Amino acid sequence: MVNLTINGTTHAVDADPDMPLLWAIRDLLNLTGTKYGCGIAACGACTVHLDGQPVRSCQTPVSEASGKAVTTIEGVGGQVAEAVQAAWIKLDVPQCGYCQSGQIMSAIGLLAENRRPTDADIDAAMSGNLCRCATYQRIRGAVKEAAKTLGA
Amino acid sequence: MLAGHLPKLAPGSGAVSRRRFLIGAAAVGGGLAVGFRVAGAADSPVQAQAPFAHVEMNPFSAYLTITPEGLVVVHSAHLEMGQGSYHGLATLVAEELDADWSQMRADGAWGNTQAYGNLVWGGAIQGTGGSTAIASSFDRYRQAGAAARAMLIAAASSAWKVPKAEITVENGVLSHPSGRRAGFGDVIGAAAAVPIPTDVSLKDPKDWKLIGNPNLPRIDSREKSTGRERFTIDVKLPGMLTAVMIHPPLFGATLKSFDATQAKAVKGVVDVVSTPRGIAVVAENMWAAMKGREAVTAEWDDTKAEKRSTAELAASYRDLASRPGTVARDEGNVEAALSGAAKVLEATFEFPYLAHAALEPLNAVARRTEDGIIEVWGGHQIPDLYQATAAQVAETTPDKVRLHVMKTGGSFGRRAVPDADVIVEAVSVAKALGWRAPVKVQWTREDDMRAGRYRPMYVHALQAGLDAQGRLVAWRNRIVGQSIVTNTPFAGLVKNGIDVTSVEGAATIPYAIPNLRVELTTTENGVPVLWWRAVGSTHTAFAVEAFLDEVAEAAGKDPVAFRLELLSGHPRHAGVLRLAAEKAGWDRPPPEGRFRGVAVAESFSTFVAQIAEVSMEGGRPKVERVVCAVDCGVAVNPDMIRAQMEGGIGFGLGAIMKSQVTLDGGAVQESNFDGYDVLRIDEMPHVEVHVVQSTERPTGVGEPGVPPIGPAVANAVYAATRQRMRVLPFSRAQGV
Repeated sequence: MVNLTINGTTHAVDADPDMPLLWAIRDLLNLTGTKYGCGIAACGACTVHLDGQPVRSCQTPVSEASGKAVTTIEGVGGQVAEAVQAAWIKLDVPQCGYCQSGQIMSAIGLLAENRRPTDADIDAAMSGNLCRCATYQRIRGAVKEAAKTLGA
Repeated sequence: MLAGHLPKLAPGSGAVSRRRFLIGAAAVGGGLAVGFRVAGAADSPVQAQAPFAHVEMNPFSAYLTITPEGLVVVHSAHLEMGQGSYHGLATLVAEELDADWSQMRADGAWGNTQAYGNLVWGGAIQGTGGSTAIASSFDRYRQAGAAARAMLIAAASSAWKVPKAEITVENGVLSHPSGRRAGFGDVIGAAAAVPIPTDVSLKDPKDWKLIGNPNLPRIDSREKSTGRERFTIDVKLPGMLTAVMIHPPLFGATLKSFDATQAKAVKGVVDVVSTPRGIAVVAENMWAAMKGREAVTAEWDDTKAEKRSTAELAASYRDLASRPGTVARDEGNVEAALSGAAKVLEATFEFPYLAHAALEPLNAVARRTEDGIIEVWGGHQIPDLYQATAAQVAETTPDKVRLHVMKTGGSFGRRAVPDADVIVEAVSVAKALGWRAPVKVQWTREDDMRAGRYRPMYVHALQAGLDAQGRLVAWRNRIVGQSIVTNTPFAGLVKNGIDVTSVEGAATIPYAIPNLRVELTTTENGVPVLWWRAVGSTHTAFAVEAFLDEVAEAAGKDPVAFRLELLSGHPRHAGVLRLAAEKAGWDRPPPEGRFRGVAVAESFSTFVAQIAEVSMEGGRPKVERVVCAVDCGVAVNPDMIRAQMEGGIGFGLGAIMKSQVTLDGGAVQESNFDGYDVLRIDEMPHVEVHVVQSTERPTGVGEPGVPPIGPAVANAVYAATRQRMRVLPFSRAQGV
């Protein structure tokens, strides 16, 4: 058994230590907002926060997540998250929507540390998150919109 | 996506003018007559439509349900895979119903070809593709909304004992000057008893509030921004098992034997079974299934497998392109015109296999219920076909199959697969387990990338002749590649030996050229192919528009002016080209260090021109800005049109710059996003979209943003480097 603290609640899960956090979250804890896209940390769909930092849960074994605070899209809250999600909705960023949980987790991670990101900052923070619908222009716009909200 | 070869829509064909129509004669079904869910019904609104194929259904119960809570649930004939079909069809219903936008919902419909058949394809089968959702459903969903509105008014009229004409409907509220007011949910019980109107009229376009409204919030943005949207990968059923597949390592290889002893010892692995499409490792969860798979050993018979490399295939395609093919279009005398030309140009373009690589890898869930119903959850892009196929695999009849149409994490054509691959797998695995548990078959990224169904590889060999005055007098385009539709239920798209999806955009070249011939050589090999967002125009538009740029240069003409001269018979092509040129400031030089290229293409009866502005960084092009003009007839959802142009540009740009699937000894070399490179945010240009105001019948936008971006960028790269980009992706070309 491995203890995982997800969105503030600690669960004892019956998982091998090498099981990626992604599959523990999705299959054992039934939190399906975090998505599988590649399994090799190349697409960002599985992005969650580990002690507040965005990580790819497909490449984070549960043994590494144990004892740390895991936040998924279902558990985000607070000023930054609210600003980001409101901006995503306002700009109608999503198309298929599959990548957007991961995009939003990365965007929250960026804005939590940098309230005034430049285009280069956005590229650096978000280029690990693929969007096959290529909603990138609106993602960039929504990050800036959220930054504006937070700066107001 | 399916090649939606739209019939040419006559200008002003009437759908946007005020008119009356008769409601379908086969309307009355009985039972839940008018499609209003009666108060107290326990099922969720998303399950409200009748579940089986052969139940006679009222078209209005097929298209929408109003719940007692006042929600209007639109049952979409078209799959939602990101392109916004649910949003679009909900807009059409809400407009005529005078609903409040906040009360609108949408779900995926199936099982009633009469109601949902794709009218652009002829109506005989339900399906999504060829950018047809709005074109196919523009009338019927508005009619459904108008009929429902008439029935709500009739019910209120009876209840309030006032004339129907005195009742108004606005923002989901029925009201009467006396002060009486009711929501839709308040009167559905009575409305359900109202005879279905035989004759309702649609709004005059000048009265539209939602159609054409650029500020209508997308219907599913909130779910998709909070992690609450559910896809097939998220389906959880009691006792459900998860299976991963082991597909043959080469296309056409077959299973000889396998040993699953070690795999079955892996914690969480429940069983390992053989299916006609490969071995399935079935487990309690995905990780256990993946670990189990690593422990399976298998022997394959590759006697009949495709073993060639893409380099070998390309060489044979180039050779074939040097010889005549089957004639797809022939005007004048191209050979005589080429021999008599003052100047002859030639160029050969090469296009790789491309994977769809939708972010949700393919999946499906199947189970058999206690009463013998086969249920299948999935991205049902061709539901009628999948229903029939699932029945066949389960050895039952289609009326015993129930589909659950899930939204999908992209598709780009991949879910419209005539052999129903992953659906066959899910049903096969559930069956192999003796139906003892629901089964989700989930492909990994590697499975998705390596299981085939690619945009076919193509070679185009072109020649053009100019006369002494620099006029384009001859054009020959020889196309070589596989047919997408041969040996599928869509084989009717092969006419006189020509798969129209192979030559669309090339045989339909709009330019006035007196001597013109387009030829096709259809190749056969073992690599499975499929429609990929914009289908034939993904390669034809590139070859035509990039080569035309070469011709314009040889003629000493400006690329926009040269095109416009040749487009006198094609006002909508010319219209978007002029608009894009104007908005991009084509008549002025680009900013310092920027280089421009232009392209225009029609696909699926939507016209798109794009002007790309490129800079060079370390010998590599960076697309800074794209100005896009689109004419898709009536703009039902202007912001969705913008979104699809933005997305189509990004999708197409990644492909032409970086994406390819290659084979070595028949084995696919790319397996994930580390090797199969696609566009990322730092490479996304700033896109400006200009939508032509039009009263033409609406056409689609899911695909038509893709074709022009490749040649527009190639032409801009030429302006920057004097190097013609003729081999895709650009990453293969030296120096760029």
